[in-house]
Amino acid sequence: MVSLQFRSPHWRARVQHNIPAEELGPLGPLMADAVSKCVHCGFCLQACPTYQVMGEEMDSPRGRIYLLKEVLEGSLPLDEATPYIDRCLGCLSCEPACPSGVPYRNLITPFRILAEPIRARTRFDRFLRWVILQTLPYPNRFRLSAILGGLGKRFASAMPRRMKEMTALLPTKLPAARPLPELTPAVGTRRARVALLAGCAQQVLAPDINHAAIRVLSNSGVEVVVPKNQVCCGAIAAHTGAGELACKLARQNLVAFPQDVDCIITTAAGCGSGMHEYPVWLKNDSKEGEAKKLAVLVKDVSAFLLELGPLNLVPLERPTRIAYHDACHLANGQGITSQPRALLQQIGNLEVVEVKGGQNCCGSAGTYNIEQPEAAHLLGQQKAEAILATGAVAVASGNIGCIVQLQHHLETLGSGVRVRHTVEWLADSIRA
Amino acid sequence: MSRLRQSLPPDRVLTSRAATTSFESDGLTAYREKPGVIVLVESTSEVVDVVKLCHEFGVPFVARGSGTSLSGGSLPIANGVVISLNRLNKIIDYSAEQRTITVEPGFINLEVSKHVAGDRLYYSPDPSSGPVCTIGGNVAFNSGGAHCLKYGMTANHVLGIKAVLPDGEVVEFGGESLEHVGPDLCGMFVGSEGLFGVALEITLRVLPQPERFHTVLAAYDTLAGAGDAVAMIVASGLLPGAMEIMDRLAIEASEAAVHAGYPTTAAAALLVELEGPSEELDAEIPLLEQVIRDSGAYEVRVAANKEERSRIWVGRKCAFSAIGRLSPDYLVQDGVVPRTELGNALSAIEALSEQYGLRVANVFHAGDGNLHPLILFDGRIPGEFEQAEHLAGEILMMCLRLGGSITGEHGVGVEKIAYLPEMYTENEMNLMRLIRQAVDPAEIANRGKMLQASALGKGG
Repeated sequence: MVSLQFRSPHWRARVQHNIPAEELGPLGPLMADAVSKCVHCGFCLQACPTYQVMGEEMDSPRGRIYLLKEVLEGSLPLDEATPYIDRCLGCLSCEPACPSGVPYRNLITPFRILAEPIRARTRFDRFLRWVILQTLPYPNRFRLSAILGGLGKRFASAMPRRMKEMTALLPTKLPAARPLPELTPAVGTRRARVALLAGCAQQVLAPDINHAAIRVLSNSGVEVVVPKNQVCCGAIAAHTGAGELACKLARQNLVAFPQDVDCIITTAAGCGSGMHEYPVWLKNDSKEGEAKKLAVLVKDVSAFLLELGPLNLVPLERPTRIAYHDACHLANGQGITSQPRALLQQIGNLEVVEVKGGQNCCGSAGTYNIEQPEAAHLLGQQKAEAILATGAVAVASGNIGCIVQLQHHLETLGSGVRVRHTVEWLADSIRA
Repeated sequence: MSRLRQSLPPDRVLTSRAATTSFESDGLTAYREKPGVIVLVESTSEVVDVVKLCHEFGVPFVARGSGTSLSGGSLPIANGVVISLNRLNKIIDYSAEQRTITVEPGFINLEVSKHVAGDRLYYSPDPSSGPVCTIGGNVAFNSGGAHCLKYGMTANHVLGIKAVLPDGEVVEFGGESLEHVGPDLCGMFVGSEGLFGVALEITLRVLPQPERFHTVLAAYDTLAGAGDAVAMIVASGLLPGAMEIMDRLAIEASEAAVHAGYPTTAAAALLVELEGPSEELDAEIPLLEQVIRDSGAYEVRVAANKEERSRIWVGRKCAFSAIGRLSPDYLVQDGVVPRTELGNALSAIEALSEQYGLRVANVFHAGDGNLHPLILFDGRIPGEFEQAEHLAGEILMMCLRLGGSITGEHGVGVEKIAYLPEMYTENEMNLMRLIRQAVDPAEIANRGKMLQASALGKGG
């Protein structure tokens, strides 16, 4: 019989950690739990867009989890890990690929929040972040700066790369502001009552989307309330590590949104994903209980409409082929993939085709296209090429960030293919 | 180092702590070792250059693809070089007529089948990590998978290899056909766990896709009952494409991960897949049904379509990682017993599990007797880890006693290095050492894996 004493005392199948979870504040145990679920099997590698592009372990989910673990344990200096953590798109495509169920979102967002106040950033970096966080979440400010940015395009050649990328995404001419009605009654018998999150950037860049959602909802027997005092959902802030701002916005929305509705409807994937995270941001806060109650009410407009039952839609005049683009925070963040496709297929004469490599992020990823322009540009271009290869004349998607990014890259390739929100397609066909 | 930096751009020669830390483990996190440097190669000639430099300076190296080894096969060597091959992922040649494909070592296993699917061909060896593991790693460890019961392991599908030996010499083994004159050097290279150098180009044979599949899930109320059914199926003359068993714990974990529809009340589920021409299956299906009925299965489900079949397989293939949902820690084992001893082996594992008071989940390639017991434990409870280790050791020794092997497909690596002499005589071990010495006297290629590093190797 062989002696069984020779083995190393560390022979385990799981990533072991000594993260001082309690010392890291309310988010500590969440992060420690996510790390301890990882078995380092590598099933996430091929799902990760940055691993596909960079091809090195540190730029994979498995590598990042490992690096975060080391930083949280105190064995790796934060600034050695940040270049790789910053390159993470936060697209969450590693989550559905993970058999052990690592909740990566509970690691990356809390880590960014924790790291932001103590990490090193260049002054230019700080300035850009300040501009983004002081404008994007506030429609009026963003509107003004978008107009200025649009004008500033002509000076693009004199701008640093990231400024250039930022302004390139802005339309030369902003659509006119279209305030949303505070209450839209249901047409016919009322089947449900919902509150709509207006969103921030979307209200400036594509105000038609929420109007389309209201049109489809109300004509399907749904009363739509647009709560007056609501603010930006806070997702952009949380996902870039601005934890305090995110919590402040979340608390404001907890007050603004009524709880006596059937659902809180989001029309942007990132916002929906963000509102589902309120209980995480407000962990151990006095408002955590309220956040949990609100989070269960949040639903993407496509999931809500499909559950409502068949819509009363008029077929398109002629056969039209469109491509559907999965927004990461809809597909990976909220598990919504079949619903928007099923809705679009209810429109007669509309053919919905898949994009090759559809699971890959388009590179928009919140503010990623501003913070990591090279990678975002490559991903955006690849996605636009894959869309053109389908022969589709237009695109449907469920997130403003993706819509802007895709439209920009399609135009750069000289294509006239329009990108619209799923609900805009439905609004065109709904019988009023 | 300076020579490495001269020959490669700086962003592909990594020495930062972030880099060496994230490369310190592979799929077996029990072992950690920081390499001195990681080299991200982008061409086969760069691999040759790096190996030559290692040879010149006596620095040990490890080739690494996706780092999914479950035996620590791609664990770095302290202060050694890691040659990261995952960017070396091109197809060099593909001929649908010849049914061969030549790829670089970083090419992903499942991508082979995807690439040739248009010609109704596929690549048969299908390790559960197929969507991420690389062909280079498959060659080094002679990887198996669920379907090697009928078609054999990686070694049966590699026709030719171009490799760089540990001294930097580039050699070609095999060729484009299955039969060769002279010693089977290709066969020797496959499964050598990186001791003979690094494969640069690998020619694989691909097979026509089976015309039809018939995938059956049978539920049993004892684990041994499912094991005995496997022997009965083989004895009946049937040769299924795959036969897999999962026990109650494995089913529970896998269902939590993918909801494939496994029978959650069963003590064991047997997955049998027949494949081949339609007429053949017409004859085989009734026979299989008869055998399964006779074996005491209390419930039988047949996959009605492609989607159901695919869900069943996803459920099976993610079972290892899914066990992570059931237990704070677990050990994965990889032993083999003769098929006829499956029932005995499983009863023995059950008895050991009770004796040690630790849960053991079983998920394995039953058709070829390849067991994968997963020992569940909680490392936070003092002494439980040592108990789990003892139990794992006893299972391996039981496999040897029943006439089996200590590894079916995960390899010896660092994990089972002390068990190898239990399986081979001193003479056999010496012969292996002699061959290794002849190819790599300084033991720079994957030192400390499979064979203990000799005094010379350690000193070098």
